[in-house]
Amino acid sequence: MVDVAFGPEQGKRPDLSNTREAYLDMVRRKRMYGGILLVLFIALMSSGWMLADDRNAGGFWGGLHQVFDFPSEVLSEAWEKRANLPGIFIDHIPALIETINIAAVATLIGGVAAMALSLLATRGLARWPRLVPVFRRTLDALRAIPEIVIALVLIYILGGGPVPAVIAIALHTGGALGKLFSEVAENADPKPVEGLASVGATWSQRMWLGVIPQVAPNWLSYALLRFEINVRASAILGFVGEGGIGHDLKLAMQWGQGRYDQVVAIFLLLFLTIVLIDQMSDRYRHRLTKGKPA
Amino acid sequence: MMTTATPSLAQTVTARFAARQRMAFAIPAAIIAYLLYAAISFDVAGLAQRARFDNAAILLSDFWQHKTHVSRDNRSGTVTIAIEGEGKGTYPPGMMPDWVTMADGVTTIDLGTGHIVTYDDAGARMVVPGYGTIDIRPENGRPVVTAPEPIPDWISVSENRVGVTTDAGRFTYTRSKVETFKYQPGWELWFFTLDSPFYGKSVFELAALATVGERVDPARSNIGYMASEFWTNKMWRHGDVAWAIFETILMAFLGTMAAAIVALPLSFLAARNFMPLGMFRGAVRRVFDFIRGVDGLIWTIILSRAFGPGPMTGAIAIALTDTGSFGKTFSEALENIDEKQVEGIRSTGANAVLRARFGVIPQVMPILLAQVLYYLESNTRSATVIGAIVGGGIGLLLTQAIQTQKDWEEVAYYITLIVLMVMAMDSLSGWLRRKLIKGE
Repeated sequence: MVDVAFGPEQGKRPDLSNTREAYLDMVRRKRMYGGILLVLFIALMSSGWMLADDRNAGGFWGGLHQVFDFPSEVLSEAWEKRANLPGIFIDHIPALIETINIAAVATLIGGVAAMALSLLATRGLARWPRLVPVFRRTLDALRAIPEIVIALVLIYILGGGPVPAVIAIALHTGGALGKLFSEVAENADPKPVEGLASVGATWSQRMWLGVIPQVAPNWLSYALLRFEINVRASAILGFVGEGGIGHDLKLAMQWGQGRYDQVVAIFLLLFLTIVLIDQMSDRYRHRLTKGKPA
Repeated sequence: MMTTATPSLAQTVTARFAARQRMAFAIPAAIIAYLLYAAISFDVAGLAQRARFDNAAILLSDFWQHKTHVSRDNRSGTVTIAIEGEGKGTYPPGMMPDWVTMADGVTTIDLGTGHIVTYDDAGARMVVPGYGTIDIRPENGRPVVTAPEPIPDWISVSENRVGVTTDAGRFTYTRSKVETFKYQPGWELWFFTLDSPFYGKSVFELAALATVGERVDPARSNIGYMASEFWTNKMWRHGDVAWAIFETILMAFLGTMAAAIVALPLSFLAARNFMPLGMFRGAVRRVFDFIRGVDGLIWTIILSRAFGPGPMTGAIAIALTDTGSFGKTFSEALENIDEKQVEGIRSTGANAVLRARFGVIPQVMPILLAQVLYYLESNTRSATVIGAIVGGGIGLLLTQAIQTQKDWEEVAYYITLIVLMVMAMDSLSGWLRRKLIKGE
């Protein structure tokens, strides 16, 4: 915690003739504040956990020794049927591709929307400076609505399929990336923009030729990070709504015993995909922001 | 030297320019091709047929208005008036909205703008201004319609059912019952249900009752009675909803804080400057990677099997997932610290724990706090989704309300609350960040 926050107030400055006393006094006060905060935090945490434990269907201590029951049951059944696994992998590849496609399309659409919105919401670059707060609030609102809300409502209107998930994730992505993009654009060098303005370039030309080349590496890096997040979100939306590998996982889970080989196969597919995308985007982002290794 | 270099330089420049130009076309072309492929594989063309825009219309109108059912059982002749057709919204006998009148077995419903529906023993009639009267009488148990010809398409007549849809309301007649739906703006019964003594009172009346009025229930004060009537509103269940919101925030708070507490000591083991043993460091890092890779969804499923549905399961799931993320970012922060301060502490003879406490923690605290607060905010959103999976919090209420496809104004209410909750957490974490990190 930052210590200056608890420094002496104006008018109550310590007596400089007795620095040692004043210093010890400040240390004591700081310790007291720290202690109070700590006690408060511990009280909040413990009462919170107790409350959550109370409202849970199963208790913590009762459930703790069961944590490994389900995974071991699943794994042992899958181990017996390990010969099936490659076949199941192949069966679920289309669903996996759908999940990744949902994330990719949503990231693309959301990213493009975020590009436009972020420039409109950046002070100093905006097309209509008076509307900057409007676009900022729009971004906030897009970020605030959780994907699941939009997805469930859209499933009701559009029927099943991947499109509701794409729209839901794209809207959220637009809001989340828009904020990050606008922070990057704020720090862009204004000189190229001024140069372009002096030769009579239009707003879109100034942005496309003056701002985008500067911010592209950072924007791309954020978009990749978002793609990573969106793959996870798309799997979760599949589990709650429909479409993709999440839905397959839900069906296999609901079937329960007898299909645990499928559960394991889908877990593995999902895990490997996430780790792979994680690693790839990590490496590529590193190259984008720190420059190519010579 | 220069004369030999110039042509090659010009060549390379033109070649690079040409390559750039090709890329400038190739990348958008690739993106468009990919989107086309996605559109085909997602069956966007078929979406137009599957999409049900009538559902969208219902949803949009239901979001901000409520409907009241006035229905008559044709066998017994009893008329019931119920908001949203629900038992808990049914008007008790003797009480009815002012647009319904009942006298001598004749029920008159004024739908507004001249639309009037009448039920009596002989059948039912609906007057539509600018069109005429639609008269329905049962003959041999079948409804027989008399209406000005030609019959427009907003009246549907089949053998056993007659339906009329107008802007003012809907009307259906079947053998067993006749029903009229009147749409009115607003979320009806939001404050008090029909059985409450405070129902239908204006703001001023309520204010007067709360301050100077006589006690409705002699055992308690009016304002306390009002609060409890509001809190236990059967239609909107404000008390339960508030609990659900609290549960969601609780999940996010407990999960994030627990993850930070667990990840902090572990991240020392994964930082190069604190853990010289490469093998061990790598192992801790792989653990973090594994936890992150398994993903919150899978942890949530595994944990809800062990602990059952509820907020604690959600909190543990968030804690587990974030331990992986925090472990990674914290250890990166630890690797970037300034060694000089640690040196200084070491020179006073401090041991490793004291060096960490006074040399390292003060340096990384702002980064750590910023991370934790950012995750707290984003976990409020995740907790909504996790709640829908583990069965706790506002996420569960929302999915239930959507799946029953009945009360869309409840859905609108929950969505509004979720957005407000997320925005509140957003500004809270921003405020805390400014307060704790920048010391403003």
